[in-house]
Amino acid sequence: MNNPAEAARDPELASRLLERLHRYAGPPVGVMEVCGTHTVAIARLGLRSLLPDGVRLHSGPGCPVCVTPARVFDEALALAQDGVTLATYGDAVRVPGSADTLGEARSRGAAVRVVYSALDALELARREPEREVAFLGLGFETTAPTVAWAVKAAREEGRSNFSVLSAHKALLPAMEALLRDPEVAIGAFLCPGHATMVLGAQAYAPLAEEYRVPCVVAGFEPNDVLVGLVRVLDQVERGEARVENVYPRAVDDAPNRAALGVLDDVFVRVGSAWRGLGELPGSGYELAEAYGQHDARRRFLAGRSFPGREPEGCRCAQVLRGVLEPRECPLFGGRCTPEHPVGACMVSSEGACGAHHRYREAGAP
Amino acid sequence: MCVAVPGEILTLEPDGTAVVDFGGTRRTVSLALVEGAAPGDYVVVHAGFALHRVDPEEARETLALFRSVLDEQPG
Repeated sequence: MNNPAEAARDPELASRLLERLHRYAGPPVGVMEVCGTHTVAIARLGLRSLLPDGVRLHSGPGCPVCVTPARVFDEALALAQDGVTLATYGDAVRVPGSADTLGEARSRGAAVRVVYSALDALELARREPEREVAFLGLGFETTAPTVAWAVKAAREEGRSNFSVLSAHKALLPAMEALLRDPEVAIGAFLCPGHATMVLGAQAYAPLAEEYRVPCVVAGFEPNDVLVGLVRVLDQVERGEARVENVYPRAVDDAPNRAALGVLDDVFVRVGSAWRGLGELPGSGYELAEAYGQHDARRRFLAGRSFPGREPEGCRCAQVLRGVLEPRECPLFGGRCTPEHPVGACMVSSEGACGAHHRYREAGAP
Repeated sequence: MCVAVPGEILTLEPDGTAVVDFGGTRRTVSLALVEGAAPGDYVVVHAGFALHRVDPEEARETLALFRSVLDEQPG
């Protein structure tokens, strides 16, 4: 073992870690992962079928597309139908608003462009100065600083035809809401590697302390996830509740100050609605007053309201809180599949339902 | 969505970006959100930005961590 990336994927090490996991002798416990990339890694590994008795893994609200309510997609559709070029990530064009997806609107002539990042959307605005370009920004603290930086750059260069429809969310308020939810039984968190690159591992300390939950920051390779779980279960066994970072090659205890700096400059924290969790105070990032000319909501949608109807029969709201497993949803695998998704959790490859379906986890039809 | 990929900085450009090599694929990446990155450094990249500079010491720490988890007795 000389190269950490290789070690993190080494099958022999994986089997030894699984053995180590099976020596768990603590009480039954539910562990929640709150990152879509973890959701995918766990599904791909088939890890749920390899766990010791009494240990359950739940997928939480870690997929940005999944937690974004239908109303945001209604807003994005309205922009695209009003002649604004709506740029966003690939996953977002397949999520239904009250009626349509952005992709369906595009097939009928609306200007919807898939981009890799906010920088690409800004580049689009530079190339087509006669067009208004609005970027639908989704994501947690990993993505939000990159969007903030693009907004700042747009203001500095006087790029008035670039704006952001922000649906960015703060991770910690959602984790706290889950811990307060009597229906949700979480004994520990597997914390996201990449959001924590920005937040710093110590960001979870107040949660660990106040709610007595182990919070272990882990990476995404098979052995990163396994080491994370070993550490979680060790803490549960010992009755501890601490923050541990088992992803030191990408995460520090302290935050990324440059990223948080631009985030705090460009955005302000406001209440925001989450699919499944409802309205959570201080959980959304909205553009600050000083950047109002780059706020698509303020510029183009002021005074308009949108229905935000969720799809009929969709149980994403319960799936996102870990109180319903994807295959327990009556639509799963029948009316709702990755090819023809009904709900957001199936649309995104990172959604719990999408990941479960693709990798056909033990017990899935 | 929050996927981030490590790559090696090849060259620094005057506009605050860098050419980064991801196992043979080269991309221009903004260094606006990391401090002190230099050619030869590995950075973790998300949505066109380097968000973390990998310290070689941290890589060694990872290996030590894997070993220690296997050596420890639980509970």
